[in-house]
Amino acid sequence: MPHTSPTDLLLTNVRLLDPASGLDQPGSLLVRDGHIVDLGTAIGRPDGVVTLDGDNAVLCPGLVDMRAELGEPGAEYRETIASAAQAAAAGGITTLAALPNTTPAIDDPALVRLLRARGEETGTLTILPYGAVTRGCHGTDLAELGLLREAGAVAFTDGSHAIASSRMMRLALSYARGFGARIVQHPEDPELAAGGAATQGELATRLGLPGIPTAAEAILVARDIALARLTGGAVHFAHVSTADALTLIRRAKADGMAVSCDTAPPYFDLNETAIGDFRTYAKLSPPLRPDADRRAVCEALADGTIDAVASDHQPRDADDKRLPFAQASAGGTGLVTLLAVTLAQVHGNGLPLAQAIGLMTYRPARLLGSDAGTLARGAVADLCLFHPERAWQVEAGALPGKAQNTPFDGRALEGRVIGTWKAGVRVFGG
Amino acid sequence: MAQNGRHLLQIEGLHPPEIASLLDLAESYVLLNRSGKTQRDLLRGRTLINLFFEDSTRTRTSFELAGKRLGADVINMAVSNSSVNKGETLLDTAATLNAMNCDLLVVRHAQSGAPNLLAQKVDAAVINAGDGTHEHPTQALLDALTIMRRRGRLEGLTVAICGDVLHSRVARSNIHLLTTMGSRVRVIGPPTLIPVDAERLGVEVFHDMREGLRDVDIVMALRLQRERMSSGLVPSAREFFRFYGLDAEKLAFAKPDALVMHPGPMNRGVEIDSAVADDPVRSVIKEQVEMGVAVRMAVLDTLARSNRR
Repeated sequence: MPHTSPTDLLLTNVRLLDPASGLDQPGSLLVRDGHIVDLGTAIGRPDGVVTLDGDNAVLCPGLVDMRAELGEPGAEYRETIASAAQAAAAGGITTLAALPNTTPAIDDPALVRLLRARGEETGTLTILPYGAVTRGCHGTDLAELGLLREAGAVAFTDGSHAIASSRMMRLALSYARGFGARIVQHPEDPELAAGGAATQGELATRLGLPGIPTAAEAILVARDIALARLTGGAVHFAHVSTADALTLIRRAKADGMAVSCDTAPPYFDLNETAIGDFRTYAKLSPPLRPDADRRAVCEALADGTIDAVASDHQPRDADDKRLPFAQASAGGTGLVTLLAVTLAQVHGNGLPLAQAIGLMTYRPARLLGSDAGTLARGAVADLCLFHPERAWQVEAGALPGKAQNTPFDGRALEGRVIGTWKAGVRVFGG
Repeated sequence: MAQNGRHLLQIEGLHPPEIASLLDLAESYVLLNRSGKTQRDLLRGRTLINLFFEDSTRTRTSFELAGKRLGADVINMAVSNSSVNKGETLLDTAATLNAMNCDLLVVRHAQSGAPNLLAQKVDAAVINAGDGTHEHPTQALLDALTIMRRRGRLEGLTVAICGDVLHSRVARSNIHLLTTMGSRVRVIGPPTLIPVDAERLGVEVFHDMREGLRDVDIVMALRLQRERMSSGLVPSAREFFRFYGLDAEKLAFAKPDALVMHPGPMNRGVEIDSAVADDPVRSVIKEQVEMGVAVRMAVLDTLARSNRR
């Protein structure tokens, strides 16, 4: 990692883009002691400042990824925090919310503090830990949400395990409300999804793969909206991928409920055909969907139903994937490709750039109660400089970081991170 | 008294004068008990049966003492040696007791409404000594008497009831009594332990204990049963104590002279810290027990008078 002591830095000739404030204009940005001290068009050049010409690239807040699985603790063979931090920096991500379904699960206040400290040790990445909803993420006994919250858990989830029991979900929503915390659900009915490897339908039938009906998502979303209404609790649905679920969420939001959701790039950039000839790198959870669902996700990004785009990064090693499709582990990496795949919606689907960046900065930050994700004066200088049109190709095996299981292998993309700064220190590029 | 004056089944529905006259009478029994005199002629020849389907030491003993001080013949029936264990239904038990010409029947039962059912079927005056998660009227009366003796009034006081309100019959009876008598009542606990629509009972709900205790005159801690942890309503005793245990730090948010109460038996280090429970100035927990006997004497006396055959 390139580590230099923070010095005054002037980024000139950039397009300043801060969706939180609506700022979108050419200008410069001045960093001092790790904080943004000034930005705009009329910025002088103080003595002793290091100047960097941005070459008209976009300068936005460092990205906030609200959903990523880390290999640590427990699966270091897949990825370490250090290697994840390297991949995050290359992807322009400076803040990341880590899922708790590790080994051991993040169900103890000491582990929350440990993860926060391990993030700080990287010097490049702030880790915001999720606390487990249930002990061990096993779905049966409520974890100590209050103590976890005090230790710094930003919200609660059982990660890639759905909270299956209606009673447990009710308790969790109700209890977490007392601490002002959100419950993040993996919306997939585990009984309907059991054993499934792909979305149920023609393709799964042709491939002879056990299917998961898209209804598995809508059922849990509908149930949890009803439970949120009952308890007054706040529920967030992660990696929403189906039209039916989005319709339910859109309606709940219109009713003024405390319901939010995110999706991940595979669900608006790929459809189920990506699993093609049993490509296990495209085996995800939830599984890739028919194109009609993918288009519904794109619409929901545009109309604001979706609050955030998260990487849904899930590192796997080659042996996790080198198996017959139904036996292979689900999950794909996403840190390096988060920005560029989302920009494909800007280039090809009319999503305004500021809206796209907002989905990866201040909007997830607000959901997590973090003040990251803006270019405000006085804010910590977490920055991402990217060229929106610069082309590159995703190549599994050549990505920064340890985990290489990208579902986007071979995808040509436009939009590349040129530089990433964490608290004013350059942690990528240059 | 309400319930046609024959029984004491619940506080809900009692009118302020009925409560006030019970408290006045109880006050006179406090003085009598302290003077060492007795009134053994008042219930002479009357039979009081303590019918406890749930284990209890303090409430049963308190009723027993109250009955004996007034001269009644007191019989204790515990569930362990009753015919209920042999399959007898509640109404069969009632018929049996009726045949014995019992005058006063004190009932504790795990099912809400069991005393109400008994009251329909027996000639005796039925006194609810705690039914399920419904009511525990004599506890609320003794709490009120304790407050009255310390503060001289109930009206205008702010009372915080803390902890497992959901399962607490003590909380329900206290809420009804205190709101009837003009106190402001707050309930404080995690949302999982606050009953749905609690506000409809005329209380303010708080989930942050410090906020809820701000400037209150009286703090009542409720017992947290172990099974609340195993059923997942609260993740652990240490977490409950951290956020809802009554300790000096949280109590500091209440008025400087706020009284601390607990219906007992206490779980020290769970819902209340020992330093607070044993505080000689603030804690009136032992006084509550003393008031219990006087209140029950007043209730027995009142019901015996109105049921005189």
